[in-house]
Amino acid sequence: MEKVREVLSRYGNQKESLIQIMLELQQLSGNNYLPAEWVAAVSEALQMPLSKVYGVITFYAMFNTSPKGKFIVEVCKSGPCHVSGAENVLCMLEEELGIKAGETTCDGIFTLQLSSCFGACDIAPAIKVGESVYGNLTREKLKDIIVSYREGLKYAKC
Amino acid sequence: MQSAKVLSARFGAIKPDSVEEYVAAGGYEGLKKAVGMQPEDIIEEIKKANLFGRGGAAYPTGIKWEQAYAIKKGPKYMVCNADEGEPGTFKDKHILAEDPLELIEGMTIGAFIMGSNEGYIYIRGEYAAIQRTVKSAIENAKKAGYLGENILGTGLDFDIKVISGAGAYVCGENTALVESIEGKTGRPRQKPPYIKNCGLYMMPTILNNVETYSCIPWIVKEGGDSFSSMGTEFSGGTKLMCLSGNVANRGVYEVPFGTTLRELIYDMGGGIPDGRKLKFVHLGGSSGACFPESLLDTAICYNTLKKSGLSLGSGAVLVVDDSHCAVDYAKIVMEFFEEESCGKCTPCREGNQRLVELLERLTTGKGTLDDIERLKSLSQTMKTTSFCGLGQSAPTAVITLLKYFEEEFKAHAAGQCENGKCNMHGKGAE
Repeated sequence: MEKVREVLSRYGNQKESLIQIMLELQQLSGNNYLPAEWVAAVSEALQMPLSKVYGVITFYAMFNTSPKGKFIVEVCKSGPCHVSGAENVLCMLEEELGIKAGETTCDGIFTLQLSSCFGACDIAPAIKVGESVYGNLTREKLKDIIVSYREGLKYAKC
Repeated sequence: MQSAKVLSARFGAIKPDSVEEYVAAGGYEGLKKAVGMQPEDIIEEIKKANLFGRGGAAYPTGIKWEQAYAIKKGPKYMVCNADEGEPGTFKDKHILAEDPLELIEGMTIGAFIMGSNEGYIYIRGEYAAIQRTVKSAIENAKKAGYLGENILGTGLDFDIKVISGAGAYVCGENTALVESIEGKTGRPRQKPPYIKNCGLYMMPTILNNVETYSCIPWIVKEGGDSFSSMGTEFSGGTKLMCLSGNVANRGVYEVPFGTTLRELIYDMGGGIPDGRKLKFVHLGGSSGACFPESLLDTAICYNTLKKSGLSLGSGAVLVVDDSHCAVDYAKIVMEFFEEESCGKCTPCREGNQRLVELLERLTTGKGTLDDIERLKSLSQTMKTTSFCGLGQSAPTAVITLLKYFEEEFKAHAAGQCENGKCNMHGKGAE
């Protein structure tokens, strides 16, 4: 809750900063979501009805209200990626991670989901992991990417 | 072909957030010249430049700024739409990531004209790393005296804030974008009042696309006539075109208006790889029209395209080869709009879902000829009755694919997909 107060005060408890505040809080959650008690705290601090706050956060695709994986792997399904083989990429990722789109791996590391265009059409088919974008994907490349995130986590723990 | 570089001249050549390198490469000369001019004269140059809004609506920028200048109420806000969400569009990303100071300079010239003290750049949430580059460029511009208090000794105070989107295509619509900056759900407002009168916090707001603002410094520096002479009679300057799909060299190309789509796709883009043939081009993003090769000699020019029933939109050119199925593609496009509809009005909220259902039937062998008629009638209803531009343009791909590939839709109604993309096993299931 300390974190929440810090972010809120940095934005001066301004109602118009609701989206910016929530984006930062979601980053801090570690599981890419907005815990209910944090949302309640924001609603109180900004003096906005809880229903209104939820109205905003559930409108925007980037906000989650339940825990996700540490890394969200997004597969673009818009036109440019579709005609460049996005479906194969999705199949390969489903095999590699052992989950379907919309699910989270049992170790809580990856959530696989479909996404609208994120502007990587020049390197389609593309995926996004957190903030990083990867394109011109092949099976080998996808494997390497997934492994690098798993390994990175291992080292981070040491 | 003329190689003209107005917007991309510094791409890759300078450190994006370095004011020093930007200035050494000719940056801020537009602003320096502008502060010695009368606001009316700067607007006159922009009018002469024949600059049209690059976000998709193609409204003449000079006229927009003249109208905004004439409004006496204040404060006035300068807002930049960097919510580039139209599938197939990635040009603003290049400006923001490789030369954000040209955008910042363009907005500052605007602020000088309007006497505005506050600017906002609304950047889509998906471009998080780029937001940091832009923020850093803003900080550096402040340190160097090009932003902040008393800019270049003119007495003008102007600051810019970066606001992040959070994943909503509809926020690219101007009034929805303004709502989102205010921290609300990004649903479009009723127009009028237009945002030039009543925009951000209900105050006069000058809102332009990244690419539009970025043209301003060059126009002021080199003159409106030089800019306009690079294009056609009806469209001045150059355009950043985004080439994607089944084409050899995908990427962003800066071309003078008047270049044909064929030149862009074949001469610059290297044509269709793997010995395939072009089936159709989807121009202007998912909300744009799909058309076959017969229209490729159309020049990239707002007027010429309009005469052919097309719109340049954001400048996305998605090339689709003959291995793909028109009906399957239509379904993919409509799934995008089904997801992105804000839900405010019925034609868009319900219409997109029903279009997806009809296309789902056709791509699984359950469709009938009646379904094709339903597609046509529903698309027209959405086009004419949706509340905002998103809903009105959502069915464009379906309407145009039906226009040029109706036989393929009919074949699907008869249970056949000649490209083998659709799994037609559903035939006879109903």
